[in-house]
Amino acid sequence: MTRTSAWLHGWLLLLPSAALLALFTHYPAVATLWHSFGSTPKGARPSVYVGLDNYRQLVDDPIFWQALTNNLWYAAGTIPLAIALALLMAVWVNGKLAGRGLLRLAYFTPTVLPMIAVANIWLFFYTPQYGLLEQVTGALGLPAHNWLGSRNTALGCLMVVTVWKEAGFFMIFYLAALQQMSPHLAEAAAIEGASRWHFFRRVTFPLLMPTTLFVLVNAVINAFRLVDHVVVMTRGGPDNATELLLYYVYEVGFRFWDSAYAATLTMVLLMLLGAAALAQFGFIERKVHYR
Amino acid sequence: MNVHAYDARGFARGIETTAAWTLGALWILPLAYAIWTAFHAGEFATHFAPTAPLTLQNFATAWNAAPFARYLLNTILLCAMILAAQLMLCTLAAYAFARFEFPGRNVLFALVLVQLMVMPDVLLVENYRTMNALGLRDTIVAIGLPYMASAFGIFLLRQTFKTVPRELDEAARIEGCTPLQVLWKVYVPLARPVYLAYALVSVSYHWNNFLWPLIITNSVESRPLTVGLQVFSSTDQGIDWSIITAATLLTTAPLLIAFLLFQRQFVQSFMRAGIR
Repeated sequence: MTRTSAWLHGWLLLLPSAALLALFTHYPAVATLWHSFGSTPKGARPSVYVGLDNYRQLVDDPIFWQALTNNLWYAAGTIPLAIALALLMAVWVNGKLAGRGLLRLAYFTPTVLPMIAVANIWLFFYTPQYGLLEQVTGALGLPAHNWLGSRNTALGCLMVVTVWKEAGFFMIFYLAALQQMSPHLAEAAAIEGASRWHFFRRVTFPLLMPTTLFVLVNAVINAFRLVDHVVVMTRGGPDNATELLLYYVYEVGFRFWDSAYAATLTMVLLMLLGAAALAQFGFIERKVHYR
Repeated sequence: MNVHAYDARGFARGIETTAAWTLGALWILPLAYAIWTAFHAGEFATHFAPTAPLTLQNFATAWNAAPFARYLLNTILLCAMILAAQLMLCTLAAYAFARFEFPGRNVLFALVLVQLMVMPDVLLVENYRTMNALGLRDTIVAIGLPYMASAFGIFLLRQTFKTVPRELDEAARIEGCTPLQVLWKVYVPLARPVYLAYALVSVSYHWNNFLWPLIITNSVESRPLTVGLQVFSSTDQGIDWSIITAATLLTTAPLLIAFLLFQRQFVQSFMRAGIR
């Protein structure tokens, strides 16, 4: 094949995907930036350039700060816990425990359920008075508590759902990595007399580093991308206690129809995701060995 | 051979098995609870009597209360359409990246990978504007369009195509195959397990997707199951919990049953999709 023919083939093969990606990923990302400098068109009045006005509004918006703080807490609360549980589950179902096939199934099932369905089920769990959680705490003689209706516990309730939903998903990747590890490593370490914990900390865990990175990136993206359960369970309340960034974008963009401010909020999300990408390629990648 | 030199033994093993099973029970509890509620009359939703009579009434009521058949059809159409487009577009693009030298290849590949971080899920506002301009709002095509070119699929298939020996490729060309014939006769058959893995991941993602379909649709004719379920369970008509749970199980059932039947393939597919 001649060189020009290879060029032509490459470009033509790529064209359909490139066109769709440009239209629905690259253009909207750039358009978000552009629209964040404009006003929201109202009726016959078109959008006009307003400079940094939307960003000033953002800085003065207490709900935005609340959503950002909530989202960071939400990420900090769900990511380490989901990853730690995933690793524990993977080690368990990789070992010779009784009924591990069934156990693997139990851990993984939440992954195939839609978040929206899961949220409906958990909503009933948390329901005041007759929800399952209330029945259990009631039987233990604890005072009644409105789990989703109270500022202090609502975000925590959502975090539990997220961890429950994601841990089994991340487990799969750890399990795949564990199964690829050579059994000779464990034999050698056992002959050397290393303790089980020592072997895990010094051999297994470092070897799992690439998997941990992969899972971590996924978990970070999900912490900012998935808000289906907020829609079903709390709608951001009570008193904005469960307002997450993407849910706030949804509210501003599609319930208040303020597209310019929604674009400004989306910029914050894009910057957070961009920072995560840079962290992945720059800082963390250098610390991950054995690739 | 001592494959598991570090498996727990004796007493420690007992503790670990118990802990693992306790966690497993906790993990399955919400689903088990939902199944209990859906198959019993309303008064047993919070009252666990082992002798409580089973009933299918909740499913019948839910099925008749909302157009779930139409929602199901929409979801199936949506998943099939997205998957067909993804398989085709990603195959072509992955082939280009894996086996052709052309100017701008690395830059274009980096631009493709951007979608791994900036997914269509967060670009709601602008994509809504675009769909409006294209006159596609409230159609099934509009739900699927932003996802049809998938960076994940391109990446996964490119990795696979790169492992195909060049000799096979060249042999086919000497036989007189055009590049597209080589792709179809050599690369695609060799990547079959990866296609299966990708298909399962894609279908379960789009079966479950919610926020974008919620925004872009507003009629029964285009709503997928997830949005239909939300519309059904959030209307304040005093629908009782047993019926909502039955509806929830209805919307999940096809995927859940497929998962239980093919769980080995599912788990292995997700594994394969995760290894890079």
